[in-house]
Amino acid sequence: MRKLILTVAAAVLVAGAAPAAQASGGSVELLKTDFSWDGLFGRYDRAALKRGYQVFHEVCSNCHGLRLVAYRNLAYVGLNEDQIKEVAAEREVQDGPNDEGQMFMRAGRAADKFISPFANDNAARAANNGALPPDLSLINKARPNGPHYVYSLLQGYEETAPEGHALPEGMYYNKYFPGHNIGMVPPIADDSVTYADGTKATQQQIAHDVVTFLNWAAEPELDDRKSMGLKTLIFLLVLTGLMYALKRQIWKDVH
Amino acid sequence: MSGFKTDNKVIAWFDERLPIFSMLQHSAVEYPTPKNLNYWWNFGSLAGLVMVIMIMTGIFLVMNYTPHTTLAFDSVERIMRDVNYGWLLRYVHMNGASMFFILVYIHMFRGLYYGSYKSPREVLWWLGVIILLVMMATAFMGYVLVWGQMSFWGATVITNLFSAFPIVGEAIVTWLWGGFSVDNPTLNRFFSLHYLMPFVLFAVVFLHVWALHTSKSNNPLGIDVKSPQDTIPFHPYYTIKDLFGVGVFMVFFLYFVFFAPNFFGEPDNYIPANPMVTPPHIVPEWYFLPFYAILRAFTQDILFIPAKLQGVIAMFAAIIVLFFLPWLDGSKVRSATFRPLYKQFFWLFLADCVVLGYVGGKPAEGVLITIGQLATAYYFFHFLVLLPILARIEKPKPLPASISAPVLKGGGMAAGATAQPMEKA
Ligand code: HEC
Ligand code: HEM
Repeated sequence: MRKLILTVAAAVLVAGAAPAAQASGGSVELLKTDFSWDGLFGRYDRAALKRGYQVFHEVCSNCHGLRLVAYRNLAYVGLNEDQIKEVAAEREVQDGPNDEGQMFMRAGRAADKFISPFANDNAARAANNGALPPDLSLINKARPNGPHYVYSLLQGYEETAPEGHALPEGMYYNKYFPGHNIGMVPPIADDSVTYADGTKATQQQIAHDVVTFLNWAAEPELDDRKSMGLKTLIFLLVLTGLMYALKRQIWKDVH
Repeated sequence: MSGFKTDNKVIAWFDERLPIFSMLQHSAVEYPTPKNLNYWWNFGSLAGLVMVIMIMTGIFLVMNYTPHTTLAFDSVERIMRDVNYGWLLRYVHMNGASMFFILVYIHMFRGLYYGSYKSPREVLWWLGVIILLVMMATAFMGYVLVWGQMSFWGATVITNLFSAFPIVGEAIVTWLWGGFSVDNPTLNRFFSLHYLMPFVLFAVVFLHVWALHTSKSNNPLGIDVKSPQDTIPFHPYYTIKDLFGVGVFMVFFLYFVFFAPNFFGEPDNYIPANPMVTPPHIVPEWYFLPFYAILRAFTQDILFIPAKLQGVIAMFAAIIVLFFLPWLDGSKVRSATFRPLYKQFFWLFLADCVVLGYVGGKPAEGVLITIGQLATAYYFFHFLVLLPILARIEKPKPLPASISAPVLKGGGMAAGATAQPMEKA
């Protein structure tokens, strides 16, 4: 039995190691940090989530969309109904046709998905020196070791590129971005936001908070998933134990 | 049929007209099973369980999935976010595919170790290989449905393989795609086939189990059942043992579902498909990696056969060769326990497959190319050269007289049990 478990575990490790090893291959080692949602008992830190939302809203949302998240979902982050309506109404979205058959613009509503800052990719590129700011709804899942990657990226800018590195016009040097030339201006610095809850807004704090928010945007089910997972596994372990006892009992006379 | 008895008149009435209860009694209750099966014999029923889980979660996913290039990715995300327990359905289905392959690969290596492919189980083994092929086709097409970057580029690379065939190659690819690139028609037909194939799989598994019940289970000693003392009824002995196995497996499976749901996945597949942007390295799902390594091991055109065509042929041959295994391995002894040489080469072969998988997941550069080529050569060498030779030169250890009288420790064996290749094998 032990041999069996070991073998299965080894098989899985081997299977998993290939993509994982490949993902990290070549790039710089990411900054280390802990996230509240790591591990079996991990959950989103609600205060960080709310601060992270504030950062996203004040900074990132000027360039980045979040098209898979609806404004109504912000209730989870701690916004009340009025606040949600207010945020939704900040941008306009095309609707229609009305009774006259015309399309028209209206303010966003709680039921809408986040309205992207640019009408389309071309408009986004035009406003960003040719670089396309990707939608951030899934960014934490769409990069190897996503949360640590985004956390590092936001703090990975260098004033000057290292000796011998040719930095193209309008690009910035970032240690963690593949190829190092990134088209995003350094979006955050110490005190680039003033937190409503009075937390000191160091660059590191801001990065950590916004990554928390982005992780929630990518995996809003995580809290439910982990608590259901714990209950399920505990139940299964007990059941399996009983099954093992029963198996021993039934087999005791077989030689 | 066997002795199915009941006091319930309704059931008796029904059974006379359609003997379902007799059949169950015969093949799941009384069914005589060798009493010495170890836990490696749990993996077949576990694979069957996962097949059922895949079909059930799949049916519910389809209720909310939209097979169109502009909508597919978002419909999957809607399942993850807005459908009640949609994330659970999807993560079970997604990780279930990986589990299916883990189980079936173990199941197959069990067969290789204990010689379960040998007479009289050749047809059973063939059906297993067909199951593997159908599973691969199903998994490949299912992965495309998400319509992420890896879906799109994986589909492009794999379908493009067919262009390696001379003259008709290009036409085949266009025909597969339903156009001139992987696009909406491709997605639609893959969706249709992805729904169909599991039911084909189900039918083949049915035949597989039928064949099993005809030739009966092999066992760790690899010798035939000689008397009723060698067997025990399936129920309750193996029902409880299988159920215990299900418990252990579900803990393992659901750990991934709940706590590391994207462990087996590729981050790139969370980026919507974009035909204008090629990902830096395109890798298939982990369970295809050994075959991918074989595909890429061929780098030199030979005469009129381009390298790509060699790779494609070798990749298919890597599975087709399994059909011939019962004749390539001519040894009359089934279980590796009694085959000192084969046993070592079995582990070497397993290691070779792991190396192939590792190489398949890496960019083809430098020394890895050579390692991949050597590992590929060894893969075929094992089947085509080593096994036939081993069967001739190896001197098997003495086989026990029967399952209920295995070789006693420290010698002193009954006279009948000396080195005899199994009778009438
Ligand atoms: C002034 C516009 C702007 C703002 C504000 C901005 N970004 Fe960006 N961001 C961009 C652009 C442009 C790119 C594309 C860079 C490229 O591809 O070279 C980008 C890319 C990114 C990427 C993707 C990197 C990759 O691996 O592809 C992440 C993650 C990101 N931004 C996070 C953020 C976060 C978090 C914030 C808020 C704290 C933010 N950005 C604020 C313009 C912006
Ligand atoms: C969907 C996948 C599969 C299912 C559901 C399945 C199911 C089963 C079941 C229930 C058994 C009996 C229990 C056991 O011996 O483990 C069995 C036996 C067997 N299977 Fe499979 N199987 C699958 C795939 C395969 C594959 C891919 C192969 C090999 C190519 C294979 C080869 C065999 C052999 C040789 C036996 C007889 C084993 C013995 O009794 O020693 N199977 N299968």
